[in-house]
Amino acid sequence: MRFMMLMYPQIEEADWQPSPEAVAAMGRYNEELQKAGMLLALDGLRPPSDGGSVSIDGEGKVTVTDGPFAEAKEVVGGYWLIQARSKEEALEWASRCPDRNCRIEVRRIFEMEDFPQDVQDAYEGP
Amino acid sequence: MTEATRAIEAVWRIESARLIAGLARMVGDVGLAEDMAQDALVAAMEKWPETGVPDNPGAWLMATAKNRAIDRMRREKTYERKREEVAHDTGALFAMERSDFEAAADDEIGDDLLALIFTCCHPLLSREARVALTLRLLGGLTTPEIASAFLVSESTVAQRLVRAKRTLREARVPFEVPRGAELDERLPSVLEVIYLVFNEGYAASAGEDWIRADLCEEALRLARILAELAPREPEVHGLAALLEIQASRLKARRGPGGEPVLLLDQDRGRWDPLLIVRGRRALERAEALPGPLGPYCLQAAIAACHAEAIRPEETNWVRIAALYEALAQIQPSPIVELNRAVAVSMAFGPEAGLELLAQIENEPELSDYHLLPSVRGDLLEKAGRLEEATSEFKRAADLTRNEQEKELLLRRAEGGG
Repeated sequence: MRFMMLMYPQIEEADWQPSPEAVAAMGRYNEELQKAGMLLALDGLRPPSDGGSVSIDGEGKVTVTDGPFAEAKEVVGGYWLIQARSKEEALEWASRCPDRNCRIEVRRIFEMEDFPQDVQDAYEGP
Repeated sequence: MTEATRAIEAVWRIESARLIAGLARMVGDVGLAEDMAQDALVAAMEKWPETGVPDNPGAWLMATAKNRAIDRMRREKTYERKREEVAHDTGALFAMERSDFEAAADDEIGDDLLALIFTCCHPLLSREARVALTLRLLGGLTTPEIASAFLVSESTVAQRLVRAKRTLREARVPFEVPRGAELDERLPSVLEVIYLVFNEGYAASAGEDWIRADLCEEALRLARILAELAPREPEVHGLAALLEIQASRLKARRGPGGEPVLLLDQDRGRWDPLLIVRGRRALERAEALPGPLGPYCLQAAIAACHAEAIRPEETNWVRIAALYEALAQIQPSPIVELNRAVAVSMAFGPEAGLELLAQIENEPELSDYHLLPSVRGDLLEKAGRLEEATSEFKRAADLTRNEQEKELLLRRAEGGG
């Protein structure tokens, strides 16, 4: 099964640039995941001011907002996509993250089999 | 199972292989190392629910395993025991008191893990024993889990494991990574074990025990670990690439009724693009290394050709036929020839394929194999030789034991397929 580990740094945008020490520690952690055969993909995200957000209301009306997002208490700073044998194993890996002042949300990826057959049949994408 | 137990189990699955590998390096015996590691797990089960999981659980488990083993050996030495056993354990004890796991460098831990993989896949052991021992010591699977994964009884697996560990101990198989020519000789056994695990999972059908389908993920995990431990071996990357790409088709390989769907009939939208990309990257790593491509790399390259084609018509059959030819040269087998004939017929027409089939029609290995007449029937039909095609389809229908397939072949014999 696959899990997305979404990392929410509890920092101000001004502190978004990590120190060399933090980057080195994160590199070692990522290598551990890789050596354990768990890591499928990962990325770090640039600060929210470099991005934007799109809101779509109940009528389908689209509102585009430039970052940073004043309304968002927390923003995602990066993610790991891992393969794990249980939720507990994914949580254990998340606990080993060397970063400080952050929250890591561990979420299981939907598999096609989780949906009823008619929903599966309706899907024609990658 | 309580939440605490599940958390401990998760830590165990992450740490157990490294723990057993580190202990085996000290005591020179994987069976003894496993017992020691199990002792440490029991201790963790007692302590951690109260204290919580320690900051460095791997080091905690290692220290506990060592201390418990030293205590036990000291206690047991007061009893009358066979001289040899005492000598063995005293040596182990001495080794443990000297060594310091926490000081072990990263590459040493990697080396220990690699030695564990090679020991589990030692040629002295039967194929079944290699698979069971690998899943047990590297995958951290329990005996019942291995049993249900391979559809055999628990006592069979337990016996296999006991016997395998005894064989290794009695033969005094050194706990080490083979080097040079010996490495070349023994690597195929390691790759084969991982491939067997994968195929067992691939053959699992829907509704079967989840553990069987999980074998694919476990095999992939082992292949990826091996690729990090032995990055200079092209075939290791070749195996990883092959498994990544084959796994990308897991969701498309069966129809709604659980029936197998052939590669060219699969809904390619269901192929997993992430695994395809990973497979291609692994193949590139292999191709960047010196030396000719081995059988796993070639099979991965063939799989990659299929993965690249968005629609079946876009498949590069000329390249696939050439890759099969290369494969037939280094690993000749009637099955490879059969696949090559199919690729050649797709690339150069049915008659060219039939010519290749004519060369293997008397192979004893294929005499009961329904795919030979089935493929020949298909090529004859495409060549417009319908009468001959009908008799081939009928012969294939007689040979297959799969009812769905038999029906399909008989329909084709009547010209309705």
